[in-house]
Amino acid sequence: MEQVFWALATIVIGVFGCVLYFYLTNLLLDLALPGRGPNAGRNINRASAIRPWLFMGPAIVLLSVYLVYPVINSVWLSLRDATGDNFVGLDNYVWLVGDRKFLESMRNNMMWLVVVPAASTGFGLLAAALTDRIRWGNFAKSLIFMPMAISFVGASVIWKFIYDYRGEGLTEIGLLNAIVVAISGVAQGWITIEPLNSFLLMVVLIWIQTGFAMVILSAALRGIPEETVEAAVIDGASPLQIFFRIKVPQIWGTIAVVWTTITILVLKVFDIVLAMTNGQWGTQVLANLMFDWMFRGADSGRASTVALVIMVLVTPIMIWNIRNAKREMQ
Amino acid sequence: MDNIAGTRPKLVWTVNIAVFLLVLLWIVPTTGLLVSSFRDRDQITVSGWWTSMFSSEANVIARSAPPDAQVEEDGVYVLSGNVFGSEPGQVIAFGTSSRAPEAYSPGDLGEMSKGRTLVVEANGDYRLESPEPHSGSRGARIFVRTLEAPRFTLENYENVILAERLGQSFLNTFSVTIPATVIPILVAAFAAYALAWMEFPGRALLIAAVVGLLVVPLQLAFIPLLKLHNALGIGKDYLGIWLAHTGFGLPLAIYLLRNYIAGLPREIIESARVDGATDFEIFRRIVLPLSFPALASFAIFQFLWVWNDLLVATVFLGNNEQQLVMTGRLRELLGSRGGDWEILAASAFVSIAVPLMVFFGLQRFLVRGLLSGSVKGG
Repeated sequence: MEQVFWALATIVIGVFGCVLYFYLTNLLLDLALPGRGPNAGRNINRASAIRPWLFMGPAIVLLSVYLVYPVINSVWLSLRDATGDNFVGLDNYVWLVGDRKFLESMRNNMMWLVVVPAASTGFGLLAAALTDRIRWGNFAKSLIFMPMAISFVGASVIWKFIYDYRGEGLTEIGLLNAIVVAISGVAQGWITIEPLNSFLLMVVLIWIQTGFAMVILSAALRGIPEETVEAAVIDGASPLQIFFRIKVPQIWGTIAVVWTTITILVLKVFDIVLAMTNGQWGTQVLANLMFDWMFRGADSGRASTVALVIMVLVTPIMIWNIRNAKREMQ
Repeated sequence: MDNIAGTRPKLVWTVNIAVFLLVLLWIVPTTGLLVSSFRDRDQITVSGWWTSMFSSEANVIARSAPPDAQVEEDGVYVLSGNVFGSEPGQVIAFGTSSRAPEAYSPGDLGEMSKGRTLVVEANGDYRLESPEPHSGSRGARIFVRTLEAPRFTLENYENVILAERLGQSFLNTFSVTIPATVIPILVAAFAAYALAWMEFPGRALLIAAVVGLLVVPLQLAFIPLLKLHNALGIGKDYLGIWLAHTGFGLPLAIYLLRNYIAGLPREIIESARVDGATDFEIFRRIVLPLSFPALASFAIFQFLWVWNDLLVATVFLGNNEQQLVMTGRLRELLGSRGGDWEILAASAFVSIAVPLMVFFGLQRFLVRGLLSGSVKGG
C-alpha cells in the first residue's frame, strides 16, 4: 500500500510542481520585462522571444535526457568493452556480423517485417471493408479491436494455451492440437518446431495489430468521396472492382502509414518472444537478443551494438515520417 | 454507401457470414482462456475448454473405508460408504481390479478375491461384503468411471491474488501507471501549445525532432539511462520508472496534442491576444479546456502502454515483492507454472481486466486519438 501512497503523492507533487514552474517562470518574465513603461515595445519583443522556451523547457530537457542522450551514448558504448571501461574500436561490430544468434535474429526480424505488417494491414483492410457494410459493424469492430488493450504478455499466455501440447496418450487441451487430432493428424509441440514456431509467434502480433489497422483504414474508407464510387457503379463495376480499383487506390497514403507504424512496432517486438520461447528453437529476434546481452550477458558494448542495429533499421521510416510531417505543415 | 453497393441479398449474407467468422476467429483465443480461468483445475487438464459446458467422463480410483470400520451383519462383514465422500457425483461403471476398471454397471454384483463382493450404486454408495473379517490397515481399491458435471469456481482467482501474490503486483502496476500517465500530460501540453501557436526560430526543426523521436527504439535508451539513474541514486526505484515513462511518452504526447491544438480555430486565439491576454492565460483559459478530447486520447494511450509494459518495468524496477509489476509476474508464472493453466488463465485476466474496462469504456477517445495521430498527421 505504501507505494500507492507515494504514487498519489508524486502525482500531486508532480502536477503541482509543473504548474508552479510554468506559473512562476511566466510571472518572473513579466516582472523582468514589463509590457508597459518606456521600453514597452522592446520588452514585449524580448519576452515573446523567451516565452516559448519557458513553455518547452521541461519537455526539451526530458526529451534530451531520455531519448537524445541515449542514442549518442549508445554509439559511444558500442565502441567499448563489456563493462564500458575500455575502448575496443569496432570489435563489437566484427563480433556481431559473425555471431550465429545475431544472424538468426536478423533473419527472423526480416520475416516478421514482411509477414506481420502485410497480414495485419490485409486483415485490417478486409475487416474495415466488411464491417462498414453491415448493421452490427461497430460491435464487430470493437471485438476485433479488443486485443489492442491486452498486454503482449497477456496475449502470449492466451496463445500459448492454444498451442499447448500435453504429450502422447493424454487428451489435448490446446485448441490447435485438438483440431489437428480431430482431423486425424498427430498432436505436436508446435512451439518447438522450427521454422513454423516463428510464424506462430507472428500470429499473436497480427491478432493484436489487425484492430489498429482496421480502425484507421475504416476511417479512410469512409472519407472517400461518394461521387467516385457512384460513377463506378453507373459504369457497371462489380463490388470487388469498386473496392480494388476505386477505393484502395484512394487510400494508399493511409495504408502506407498503417504499414510503417506496424513495421516500427515489429522491429521492436520483444515481449512475445520473451514470454513464449525466450528465443529458443530458432525464434530469436533483435530486441530479445539485446535484452539477453544486457542482462544475462551483462555486456553493455554488445547490447548497445545490437540496439543500434534496430535504430539503423527504423531510420528510413523516421526520415520518411519527418518528410511527411514537413509537407503537412506547409 | 449501403444503398448503392450492398443491396443484393446474396452479397449481404456473404458479408454478414464473413464478418461473423472473422469476429469468431478474433475472440475465440480470449474466450478459451477466460472460460478456463473459471474451471476446476482437475477438469482443465483432462478436457478441452470447449467441452466445459458438458459433463466429462473420468476414471477415478477410490478406496473403501479401512477395515477398522467394518460391521458384522448376519455373519458377513460389511464396509460401506460413498466413493465421492460427501460430494455429489455419478458413477457410470465400476470394477474391482485395475485390469478391468469398467467391468460392472452400477448396481451389479462385482466379485473380488477371497469371496468378497462389491456393489457400487450410481450415486456412489458402495457396499463391500466379506465372509471373513476384513484385514490389513487400508481399505480396498474401488475403480469407478464417473460422469463429472462441469464445475466452475472462483477459487483460481482467489489463489492467484493471494497465494501467487498477484494482488501485490496489481498495486505495484497501479503505482507505476498513475504518475507515469498524468505527469507527461502537462509537460507535453505546454510544449504543444508553444509549437502550435508561438512564433520563434527553430520551431519547424523542433517539430521534426519530435516526429523523429517518436520511433526511437527504447532498447537504445536502457543501458545509458540505467547508468545515469544509478549515478543519480534512483536506479531500480519508482521515481526512475516514472521519469523514464514520462520521457518515453513525451514525443507521442507532444505530437498528438500539437496536431490537435494547431487545429483550434485561429480567431479564438487571435481575439484573445487582441484583448490583451498573455500566452499563459490563453493556454490556461482557452487551449487547455478545448483540448480535453486530445488530452483524454493521450491519457488512454499512455495508460494502456504503461499498464501493459513489460520491458521498461523489467529494466527500471527490481524483482522484489514491492516492485514486481503484473506483466513481470505473469511472465515469471509462465516460466515456473508453465502447465498450470488455471493459475495462468486467472492471472492473465486479473492483469487485463483494467485495460479492457478502460478500452470498452473510453473507446471513443482511443479511436479519435489513433485517427488524429495517423491519418491527419502522416
